[in-house]
Amino acid sequence: MNNILTIWQKEVKSYFVSPIAYALLTIYAVVSGFFSYVAVGYFLDRSIGAQAGRGGPMDINEWVIRPVMMNVGVISLFLIPMITMRLFAEEKRSGTIELLITSPIRDYEIVLGKWLGALTMYACILSLTLVNLSVLFLFGSPDWRPVATSFLGMLLQGGCLLSIGCFISNTTKNQILAGAVTFGVSLLMWTFDWFTGFKSDAWAKVLAYLSLTSHFEPFSKGVIDSKDVIFYVSVIALGLFLTTRSLESLRWRS
Amino acid sequence: MIKVEGVSKRYPGHTAVDNISFEVEKGQVVGFLGPNGAGKTTTMRILTCFMPPSSGTASVAGFDVMDQSMEVKKRIGYLPETPPLYPEMEVAEYLTFVGKLKGMGGNSLRKRVDEVSEKCNVADVRHKLVSKLSKGYKQRVGLAQAIIHNPEVLILDEPTSGLDPKQILETRDLIKGLAGEHTIILSTHILPEVEQICERVVIISRGKLVATDSMENLTNRMRGSEVIGLTVEGQSESGIVQEKLERVAGVSRVILKLAQDSSCAFEIESLQGRNIRADLARAVVEAGWNLTELRPVSMSLEEVFLQLTASEVSA
Repeated sequence: MNNILTIWQKEVKSYFVSPIAYALLTIYAVVSGFFSYVAVGYFLDRSIGAQAGRGGPMDINEWVIRPVMMNVGVISLFLIPMITMRLFAEEKRSGTIELLITSPIRDYEIVLGKWLGALTMYACILSLTLVNLSVLFLFGSPDWRPVATSFLGMLLQGGCLLSIGCFISNTTKNQILAGAVTFGVSLLMWTFDWFTGFKSDAWAKVLAYLSLTSHFEPFSKGVIDSKDVIFYVSVIALGLFLTTRSLESLRWRS
Repeated sequence: MIKVEGVSKRYPGHTAVDNISFEVEKGQVVGFLGPNGAGKTTTMRILTCFMPPSSGTASVAGFDVMDQSMEVKKRIGYLPETPPLYPEMEVAEYLTFVGKLKGMGGNSLRKRVDEVSEKCNVADVRHKLVSKLSKGYKQRVGLAQAIIHNPEVLILDEPTSGLDPKQILETRDLIKGLAGEHTIILSTHILPEVEQICERVVIISRGKLVATDSMENLTNRMRGSEVIGLTVEGQSESGIVQEKLERVAGVSRVILKLAQDSSCAFEIESLQGRNIRADLARAVVEAGWNLTELRPVSMSLEEVFLQLTASEVSA
């Protein structure tokens, strides 16, 4: 447990002493700020229509917060590879992996510490969204519960991509390669459910089930469904398990 | 303290380490000697549990590197060829991090960080970023990292490579200073280093063990016969001179080194324990040639090493 904490601390610190953390936070702040602004703009436009008696009921949760949270997912798709690409690739390139492996700590402690470090970085980025949403709470009275579940969903979904990124970073010394592959895999997992648009056979169903987005939908509506939580947690566990095994295999191959 | 028995490490296509066995007593400083690519790093990585051997067993302080790797790792301090440093950390912060990895904590760790920074002469850069350090400092921080948890065994992979002469001396002194408390294995391809620091040598070449012996025995073993450099002027036929020299009593071998115009240079090996210098001089003068050079060629560890590793190659 202490070892996980040690690694976690080191990882979080290394994000924040390098420009990575600040660059990612800035990119996220600007892009998510823009998205939020646009969502609010649409909402205002609609509200004028609603005053004139057209359109359905106005719901700030449904019309502003949910689209914003869906978009946050899209931004994280781009940011997560940048968070995970250095995790192992850098240690392998600089040789510090030798220090970790020859220290009396277990492989899974290294992996877990690193993943938690990346998750912390991701949570910091996500929390910037709260700044945008807090404006809505200042001037309106949205329901806070879907916001809370959305954040939980985002963290779980991010956790999946982070654990996959962790594994990919462990398979190479090259950070750029790790980032690119992670991005590709993330994008695919994001869009698997597109199949159901034109196909309804078993394969399409399986792929749709593996899609990260379809499991996020309930969260964004304020529903915590155990089947989605189990899906996310098992993908995270799989990613971390693969990372641990590939860390072990490093010894047999190198 | 360290026991290596029949250890091999095979990769598809080549064998990095081939059936090596040796033992190291507690408190000894052992030099691990071999040309680049001989398998030094591989052997060290096996001892530090970085990778398992393909066959054979190795144990440190009685613990097997395969089955009890946690116990082994606790007792080993390891400095890889490139010190495993995090450039974004400050020196003291880095040493604290490594200390925690090795299972230390609290006040004792804080005290130990101060101690090792003093010992390794890095106390003055404690609050500098590792990335801003010179190569010599980085190497010393690497050493400090290896001894932070006061391990019984220290494994140092080419601790002086890439340093300038002053830094090399400093690092050697540092290692000598550590010798009393720890059992040390250090690898190098710089021979004087071994002569200065180590009590025992393990020589490997192409993954095979060539010799393992104490420093003294090893040089004595090779020093039984004398080699003499000799230059003769006044005879352009080097063959005639060579023939003449070969007939001198006590000469075992004459090698032509250089033949120019009217002078030729030889290296002459004597039989065990024979002094042939006077006889050689007389033979040359009697033949009516000029003896322009006669000097003993000393057998340095360098040649011992070359002989040992070369004969292994040709065998």
